[in-house]
Amino acid sequence: MLLKLVPETTKISFIKFRKIAFVFSLALLVASFAMFFTKNLNYGIDFEGGILIEIQTEQDADLSVIRRTVSGLGMGDAAVQTFGAPTEVLIRLEYQEGKSLEEVVAMVKSALAQTVPGEISYRRTETVGPKVSGELIMDGILSVTLAMVAVLIYIWFRFEWQFGLGAVIALFHDVLITIGMFSFTQLEFNLSVIAAILTIVGYSLNDTVVVYDRIRENLRKFRKMDIPALLDLSINDTLSRTIMTSLTTLLALFALFFFGGENIKTFTAAMIWGIFIGTYSSIFIASPVLLWFELRREPDTSPQEGVEVLPPEKG
Amino acid sequence: MLNFPRWKVILITLVSLLGILTAFPNFLTEEQARSLPSFLPSKQITLGLDLQGGAHLLMEVEVDSVIQDRLEDKSEEIREALRDAKIRHRRRVSEGKVIVTLTHPEDLDRAVSVIRKEASGSVGASLTGLGVSDIELAQRPNGIIEVSLSEAAIRERAQLAVSQSIEIVRRRIDEMGTKEPTIQQNGDDRILIQVPGIDNPDELKQILGKTAKLEFRLVDLSVSPEDIERGRVPPGTEILEAAESERAQGFPAKYAVRKRAILTGENLVDASLGYDENQQPAVNFRFDNSGGKKFADVTRKNVGKPFAIVLDNKVISAPRINSPILGGSGIITGNFTIDSASELALLLRAGALPAPLKVLEERTVGPDLGADSVAAGEIAAMIGLAAVMIYILLSYGFFGLITNLVLIVNIFLIFGILSTLGATLTLPGIAGIVLTIGMAVDANVLIYERIREELKNGRNPLTALDQGYQKAMSTIVDANITTLIAALILFQFGSGPVRGFAVTLAVGIFTSVFTAVMLSRLIIATWARKKRPQTLKL
Repeated sequence: MLLKLVPETTKISFIKFRKIAFVFSLALLVASFAMFFTKNLNYGIDFEGGILIEIQTEQDADLSVIRRTVSGLGMGDAAVQTFGAPTEVLIRLEYQEGKSLEEVVAMVKSALAQTVPGEISYRRTETVGPKVSGELIMDGILSVTLAMVAVLIYIWFRFEWQFGLGAVIALFHDVLITIGMFSFTQLEFNLSVIAAILTIVGYSLNDTVVVYDRIRENLRKFRKMDIPALLDLSINDTLSRTIMTSLTTLLALFALFFFGGENIKTFTAAMIWGIFIGTYSSIFIASPVLLWFELRREPDTSPQEGVEVLPPEKG
Repeated sequence: MLNFPRWKVILITLVSLLGILTAFPNFLTEEQARSLPSFLPSKQITLGLDLQGGAHLLMEVEVDSVIQDRLEDKSEEIREALRDAKIRHRRRVSEGKVIVTLTHPEDLDRAVSVIRKEASGSVGASLTGLGVSDIELAQRPNGIIEVSLSEAAIRERAQLAVSQSIEIVRRRIDEMGTKEPTIQQNGDDRILIQVPGIDNPDELKQILGKTAKLEFRLVDLSVSPEDIERGRVPPGTEILEAAESERAQGFPAKYAVRKRAILTGENLVDASLGYDENQQPAVNFRFDNSGGKKFADVTRKNVGKPFAIVLDNKVISAPRINSPILGGSGIITGNFTIDSASELALLLRAGALPAPLKVLEERTVGPDLGADSVAAGEIAAMIGLAAVMIYILLSYGFFGLITNLVLIVNIFLIFGILSTLGATLTLPGIAGIVLTIGMAVDANVLIYERIREELKNGRNPLTALDQGYQKAMSTIVDANITTLIAALILFQFGSGPVRGFAVTLAVGIFTSVFTAVMLSRLIIATWARKKRPQTLKL
């Protein structure tokens, strides 16, 4: 007997839920914006500039001692936190104009040697100057925007402009809510999170395209069916695949989250969140929004005419 | 869809085998891989800095200082030209211009033409044969001429400075004996340096942080210690500080030295660690022919006087010339330790940087952290793989088994391609592979779900298989191309580890489509033709 998490045939009326889904998404978006403008993001040194030192102590680290020691060096307040294990500590300092990283590290080293018992190993040191961090932000924004435009164009060519627009709306939705999540949780927002967001863009799109493909196929097959029913049918047709792929991807990501080490935790967290939100959006946002365009553009168009403008299927 | 021409069967099998073969060295230790017979691939994936430890440095060549130097030179050329033409004037260099104030404003036209003729060079002449002037002149009232470098001259200088800096940086790092450093230009005026597996990145930065401009200059004995303190020096002389290590030794903290250098580090052909007569560490050096002659000449004329050895505008030592130095070689003494003397020798051998380098971004990872990351990544990949395989097996039974088989081939292929490409595996790259494990099955899932549908629609097993593959195809292509777009953009804009992620993601897309569409289809088609199943358990 094979495991089937989704029944062979489903007839869920997703389109009927679209108003609830839209309201829900709108609420999430508003909350994301509110979060972003009140709490902002917890930028990593990639985007804010600064100095990061990762140390490993012999005994469990006393954070308050480390914080006091490093803050007493006259380089501004130090942010000190454990990183995975209680013996692993991240120290973050502001960018020190005119001081090189090794000077800063040397100061931290000699100060900590006095107050922290046992050997300390310096596992990682990083510094990003304000010039580069500004550029990294621009590059990040540029790459996400460019990815969306590229995708819009591709889908436009392969499908119709409505589909391209629908996919991009869903992507915006995913990206904005993911940023909102980072603002809410105050997880560190760094370069690898941008990579995660682009992966989410890719994944969410993957999901959306599969549903769109089916919509296109069904448009050709069921010329008389009205659009909402046809959208429902297409989503249901692909539902078991959507769930299956999301699950396998999540399985892999959760393994990474729990066992992959502290350094990629925020990266994986972003992706796990992205898989949920991406799966949700390709069912509840990407397809239902197609109704808007179809209805607004040619309110009286019957499905048959809608079919004729579609390009012939290849192969 | 279920019929494969023979060549296709051979091709698919070959590609799969090749993938396994090229991935294989990664499962061996480095020595084992090297001892493989030469007909077998032995390339291993390079681990990124975050996985093997090392230093990543983004440095900026401070081009402005080169331009400033160039302006000083121009100022000097203008001085000579105007002196030869007997035009009296004053000059100063300020805000990127040489400002010439003529004593007699009526000399203006003559001065302009003299400067144009005698003090201007051309830029780009070697390429076009024409070239443009390297200076621009502006006339102001009251006999003032402003001379600035032309746009083209500035650009040429800057480019030259950057490419020279890269060369010097490469030489210095090579001298340190580190393995496989990456040194490349990044943008207009930046150098990206990646040195894997380095134990002490501080040493690296120290070596890169020095300009190492060495000069031999005469000490101006006409300036009294009081005047040095007050900063009063005749033209052509300037006051330089002693190097920090020297000051502690009771030597003067400041020296009055001639601005013009007798010789510079460019005339050196070799430098090495040596010892002076007191067995203190020092640096032995040797001049090239012309340098040796010039040095002999100057020392002959200045016996009994001190000369200053100046490094990066600081006086290392100021020995007295006891007798002419004729052999073209000498020794730099100073308050050196063995380490600092060897370092200076290294810097002198590699040559001076045309401009100081400024660290913009720096990341160093200790080797133990890298090893921990690799271990964590391996465990996560194993667990993720096992979880996905079990789930797939439970969901698709026999077909799941095939999926799992091609999934493993897929992972081999990814490793094989990454090794062959010489790609670098980073921590996010491992995440990319794990993610691919999850997503790779997507193509198979699409196909199987399609086959299920076809079966549900009452088709016989063989037709259902055939149709399933056929109809899933366009979806698979669309879905993967869109992900590929994201990966490519990530590669274009990402840096360092993120790029590694983009590479594994992109490679994973190709291999998973290949294994799902080609390999699994071949296996299933072969099975179906042989067994002719009456029902499909799917």
